[in-house]
Amino acid sequence: MRIEPRNAPSRLMTLGVPVLSAVIALALAAIPLALAGADITVAYGEMVKGVFGSMFAFSEMLTRATPLMFTGLAAALAFRAKLWNIGAEGQLYLGAMAAVAIGAGAVDIPGIFLIPLIIILGAAAGAAGMAVPALLKTRFGADEVVTTLLLNFIILIFVQMMLEGALKDPMGLGWPQSAPILDQGMLPQLMPRMRMHSGLILALVLAGVAQFMLARSVWGFRLRAVGENAAAARHAGIGVNRSLFGVAILSGGLAGLAGVSEVAGLKGYLTADLSPGFGYTGIVVAMLAGLSPVGVVISALFIASVFVGADSMSRAMGVSSYLADLVVAMSLLCVLVGGFVARYRITRSKPAARAA
Amino acid sequence: MDILQILLSESFWAASLRIATPLIFGVLGALLCEKSGVLNLGIEGIFAAGAMCGWMAVWLGAGLWGGVLVAALAGAFFGLIHGILTVPLGLSQHVSGLGVTLFATSLSYFTYRTALPTVTSPPRIEPFRALDIPILSDIPFLGPVVFQQTAMTMLALAMVLLVWYVLNRTALGVALQAVGDNPDSVDAQGLSVYGLRIGAVMAGSALMALGGAFLTMSAFDAFFFGMVNGRGWICIALVIFASWRPGKALLGALLFGAFDALQVRLQTEVGAMVPGQVFLMAPYVLSIIALVLAARRAEYPRALLTPWFKGQR
Repeated sequence: MRIEPRNAPSRLMTLGVPVLSAVIALALAAIPLALAGADITVAYGEMVKGVFGSMFAFSEMLTRATPLMFTGLAAALAFRAKLWNIGAEGQLYLGAMAAVAIGAGAVDIPGIFLIPLIIILGAAAGAAGMAVPALLKTRFGADEVVTTLLLNFIILIFVQMMLEGALKDPMGLGWPQSAPILDQGMLPQLMPRMRMHSGLILALVLAGVAQFMLARSVWGFRLRAVGENAAAARHAGIGVNRSLFGVAILSGGLAGLAGVSEVAGLKGYLTADLSPGFGYTGIVVAMLAGLSPVGVVISALFIASVFVGADSMSRAMGVSSYLADLVVAMSLLCVLVGGFVARYRITRSKPAARAA
Repeated sequence: MDILQILLSESFWAASLRIATPLIFGVLGALLCEKSGVLNLGIEGIFAAGAMCGWMAVWLGAGLWGGVLVAALAGAFFGLIHGILTVPLGLSQHVSGLGVTLFATSLSYFTYRTALPTVTSPPRIEPFRALDIPILSDIPFLGPVVFQQTAMTMLALAMVLLVWYVLNRTALGVALQAVGDNPDSVDAQGLSVYGLRIGAVMAGSALMALGGAFLTMSAFDAFFFGMVNGRGWICIALVIFASWRPGKALLGALLFGAFDALQVRLQTEVGAMVPGQVFLMAPYVLSIIALVLAARRAEYPRALLTPWFKGQR
């Protein structure tokens, strides 16, 4: 028995593997569910009802998917260039901090100016957060996996410091939270009495732009070349460090937008528990999507369904809501194995004699 | 209290070693994995699994050393998952490691919540008590600092010696280092690259889990959500700082422990002038600085992150 690479993974495989992985992860989740003493069919029924049971439930799922689209895009673009940005969580908070710093009364201008300003500054803050590890990597060779991870902790502590200091809401009754963003600075709602907001539209548009850039532009070609074989790309005259730095800025900016969208689209003000790990979940979203920007949209919807569905299931069945995290983690492991199956095949034959 | 006085006190160094203990286990575990050529970012989750499994085993009546064993086995199990995904399948070590972290963390939390659905304050266990080794603990300074710790700290120090000995003085250690440097040469000698690598990842992950078990079974006497709090990631940075050497790994962990102990003692003094968060941030900033300094002269295991397939060159 030996493992051989397939000549070209079929289209069916590239599409089928993520879907199948997600299904297998959901099926595997039945084991802990059963061990926790829940009736499986009822539990999954509650889960589906929790997402598709009402317009409100569905809009909650879309609200949950919005930040995951941004962080998923951030991971997908960086990973395409084999730049391992694990720091989307921190970059998200930098974006959110910039949004409240400018949006909560620093300037009082009409929304038509204020909203773009918040978006641009939030993205810039996230980008700046990723520029540091990118610089440490290209200049000093410091591994970006570790630096971006450690920066997450530094930034979160910095957020707590700011929420007790410069950004603290004087009207907040002593709570460590920022002042609210001005009404005209909030991203418009999409439907009355629903929490979903136009951050979703922004995410969809950016996913489309990223897809087009990656597939059609020179920039996208360079990025893919760097990711597939940095040495060959360098040989072909592509400025590898420049490409890496560029994608780092974009990736950080997208993660920053996740923070902007949460704070200016949903919460209105910043607290230290703004994100329940959207940055880390974004990595799973990107992997499930096969690092394709359009795929990110679909897998963000799936992961958001798991979270929202598992929440309502856990309320109905009395099962721990950590089940959602478990399904997400298992989806990632399944899609990894699935990706292997799509790229290789196991044969019994002896290796063909090599041409001399 | 001035800094010199703190640095000369026994209690300060005893606290440093205590804080360093989980890091010692973690760095040794990460070092063992990386020496064989496999980066293991599962560490943060394996810490959580070790903390939860060790605690739960003791809570269910397995005894303290039973808890240590259960934690090590849990670590080895997650190491096996990471090993299979990254060694014979050759999948991205970064992504697989993160997957293991998410999986181990969520499985531990889910199990804990399922076992204790309604408890608001976590149930406590009787943890390891500080030893008072006769004669040795009477040595001035060294006695109270080193020999009045719990058995798990003793175990961590013994593991430094053991890992150093195995890596540098045994045939297994030579093979393990070779598989991380030049797997082809190991294969040519008829040894199993897959076996050595998966074995190293499992053993290393078992060590990591002991670092987590220390948290619940020696430092605190209960399990909390989020109690690992980045200790695993600091270990990953410390391996680079230590240039993959067990002795320097101990030194790095101790430096961090000392820094952490110092900040707790200085916080009340300086706290009025500097926000407390600056001290909380410092270990992470220090890790990054250590990383940048070490990256220049890092002697990576040459096959780190590179998958190897039998019959392919």
